[in-house]
Amino acid sequence: MACIEARGLRKVFGTTIALDGIDLRVAEGRILGIIGPNGAGKTTASNAILGLTSYQGELTVLGRDPWVAREQLMRDVSFIADVAVLPRWIRVSRILDYVAGVHPRFDRAKAESFLAKTTIKRASKVRELSKGMVAQLHLALVMAIDAKLLVLDEPTLGLDILYRKQFYDSLLNDYFDRSRTIVVTTHQVEEVQDVLTDLMFINRGRIVLECSMEEFESRYLEVMVNPEHVAAARALKPIHERQVLGRSVLLFDRADRDQLAALGEVRRPSIADLFVAVMSPPSHKATARQADPGGKVNE
Amino acid sequence: MNNPLNIVPESAIESQSIAPATMSPTRPLYWSVRRELWENRSIYIAPLIVAAVQVFGFAISTIGLAERRRAVLLLDPAKQRAAIEMPYDLAAMMMIFTVFIVGVFYCLDALHGERRDRSILFWKSLPVSDLTTVLSKSIIPLVVLPLLAFAIIVCVQVILLLETSVVLIFHDVSPATTWAHFPVFQNWLVLLYGLIAIALWHAPIYGWLLLVSGWARRATFLWAVLPLLAIGIFEKITFNTSYFVSMVKYRLMGFAPDAFDFQGRSKPTIDSLAQLTPGKYLSTPGLWIGLVFAAAFIAAAVRLRRYRGPL
Repeated sequence: MACIEARGLRKVFGTTIALDGIDLRVAEGRILGIIGPNGAGKTTASNAILGLTSYQGELTVLGRDPWVAREQLMRDVSFIADVAVLPRWIRVSRILDYVAGVHPRFDRAKAESFLAKTTIKRASKVRELSKGMVAQLHLALVMAIDAKLLVLDEPTLGLDILYRKQFYDSLLNDYFDRSRTIVVTTHQVEEVQDVLTDLMFINRGRIVLECSMEEFESRYLEVMVNPEHVAAARALKPIHERQVLGRSVLLFDRADRDQLAALGEVRRPSIADLFVAVMSPPSHKATARQADPGGKVNE
Repeated sequence: MNNPLNIVPESAIESQSIAPATMSPTRPLYWSVRRELWENRSIYIAPLIVAAVQVFGFAISTIGLAERRRAVLLLDPAKQRAAIEMPYDLAAMMMIFTVFIVGVFYCLDALHGERRDRSILFWKSLPVSDLTTVLSKSIIPLVVLPLLAFAIIVCVQVILLLETSVVLIFHDVSPATTWAHFPVFQNWLVLLYGLIAIALWHAPIYGWLLLVSGWARRATFLWAVLPLLAIGIFEKITFNTSYFVSMVKYRLMGFAPDAFDFQGRSKPTIDSLAQLTPGKYLSTPGLWIGLVFAAAFIAAAVRLRRYRGPL
């Protein structure tokens, strides 16, 4: 049974289409990254999954309709929606008391042991903690909940690099165990690259790319083309072209590796490279492919 | 839907039945009420400050108490009683007014503050329903504040009684007159009855304020009050009547003539339990109409919270 299943998921705010008929299936034990630019519909998608917003179309999360059964669903789902949503007035010890009081699957000892690794004091109020410490506290709470699905919506926004790295490290080492499912939405592509098992790009409420990380690694190749081979490389229909230090870097989908190796230096693109290639407006891609190298649009 | 037993059959997730999902349904409510008290310390701090002021003010007023008491004892018994009871009744009335004000401002912020500081996203990430949340917030003005007022008034009155007795003994006046004219247990029974009557009567006010605090994006106080004012003014200008204004007044103070029998006295005093008329009060349509409105406002606030996110 899929953890999340959506068909024709649609959400309209006034005249803005936030989600334009998304089909989605996330199996148990996956770590899906939903990646998109600001305003792409990432948060709307995660809000729909969490029962925070109504929607049109079909959506089941762990066998339930999140909009009508949020309370029951939240026994099996935890989420961090944005950084800094912990109430600022509450004391650390009391937030532990409260979650232990209302959540049947919260293991307080576990949360305490996560907190013991940080410098967070039990008597502090949340408003006295730094932004990074608040994120640590929230993560400690969430990791101590024995949930089946964890949804993270821009969980590291505004944190410095040390906290961001630590955040994903703890998540992978101390939490993820292959029976849980994690959905993370972000536009900070680099930091989730090594975390994900599945990748989804969305833009303007539509899925523009969906693949597993194995597929991503086998499908996409990037070639730094030697100047004399540029025309030949372009003939192979790259999906994107950019200029790095005066040389053309072309990104190919399902191209023959040996054929590309003859044209220049072949390497695996990062998610960020693919993201830029997929998200560039079509006109840019066309320009990138056809225009002469001097008048290049560089993303 | 709230019954945890329903979950297992309707879900095909195998570990569901293994996991320890058993929890008494009232537990989240209990913790949510405690949470409200952690967040809104003014709920008890404001009444305690008023109590401290009352005790302190009364302590100063005991200068010359013995002379005044000798003068009072020359009056006829009814006037004696009124004069001796006066500070105790005043203290109780001030406290009832205080908790009303605290309740009003609490309700105006209850469903607005969590949206303003975005913490609603955290509260909604926990298995606590909107119904539980809104109920926990209604319990504060309807149950917690009246009980708190009762406890504090009793404590203040005991302190005042002791202060009076000590001062009178010190000045060779028997304190028995105070104790005789202030039958404590009878008065506390009247007080408890009155607090319950007031809480029930004011329930629609709190319900309305909760609804507005869940609905308005800002200026909850204005949204709560201005529409009432507007209707009153509109009615006055258009029809030159003031039914709406009298209705609002009735909602604020109308409990008194139905909950108590003042037996045609000029001053609304209560000196016997026979003046409590719960039967008459419970058969007042105004009470039940108010409770129906309260339930409707609270139900609307529950429904609304489902759609609400951070501001």
